[in-house]
Amino acid sequence: MIYSLLVLSPPHSGQGASTAVQFARAAISRGHSIHRVFFLDQGTYNACAAQVTPQDESDTLQQWVDLAQESNVELVLCIASALQRGLIDSTEARRYDKQAATIHPAFVISGLGQLVDASAASERMITFGC
Amino acid sequence: MPSNAKNSLLVVVRHSPYGSSVARSSLEVALAAAAFEQPVGLLFVGDGVLQLIPDQEPSGIGVRNIAKLIQSLPLYDIETLYADEQALQRYGLDPQTLPQQLLPLNTAAIQALFSNYDHILSF
Repeated sequence: MIYSLLVLSPPHSGQGASTAVQFARAAISRGHSIHRVFFLDQGTYNACAAQVTPQDESDTLQQWVDLAQESNVELVLCIASALQRGLIDSTEARRYDKQAATIHPAFVISGLGQLVDASAASERMITFGC
Repeated sequence: MPSNAKNSLLVVVRHSPYGSSVARSSLEVALAAAAFEQPVGLLFVGDGVLQLIPDQEPSGIGVRNIAKLIQSLPLYDIETLYADEQALQRYGLDPQTLPQQLLPLNTAAIQALFSNYDHILSF
């Protein structure tokens, strides 16, 4: 089955984000596919490149990066949610005259159309958080 | 760009208008789906029904007015809004005072509504 995920939960604040990435891995390991993960609202914090996770806790950012690299899953941030929270790539950093990109390059910034498109391309949409 | 395949979305709104940014995000998802010409429904349940109150005045807290966003929904072809009638009663909201496109639903009707959509996004 083709799934897409909508992530509203930030990392390290409750279990939603961690559950989302574990769901994605479990689905893929059972032969399903994850078409796209769309991060909206506080979920966009998952992309923050500067997160430092305590050594005895699971590193949600690294799990997302591994998911993107090993399973070719698209990780897409809502641009409106991301910009408000200072989560920008190098293009947006230049556009808004900020010093540096703040998101991990495994994530891309786009619009809500990517969420709508994911729903059209997927048999199931699963929401995590809130 | 979204594909052309018709793909209906029910956006379920559970959050009060100003406690968190997710209230606005949920409405923006509905607007985006409508902008891409996907059939979209909005169902307000629980605290979410508070978003329907028409006379909201949030300028004092420096955020945009959710009521105005809700009033604009018909312009985007979101013609019908659904609400859990039990939640309306719990908050003492009289449907006569709420947006006229609002349709209060009982539990059985909400269950039927869920089965009418390809996807459900719950906020």
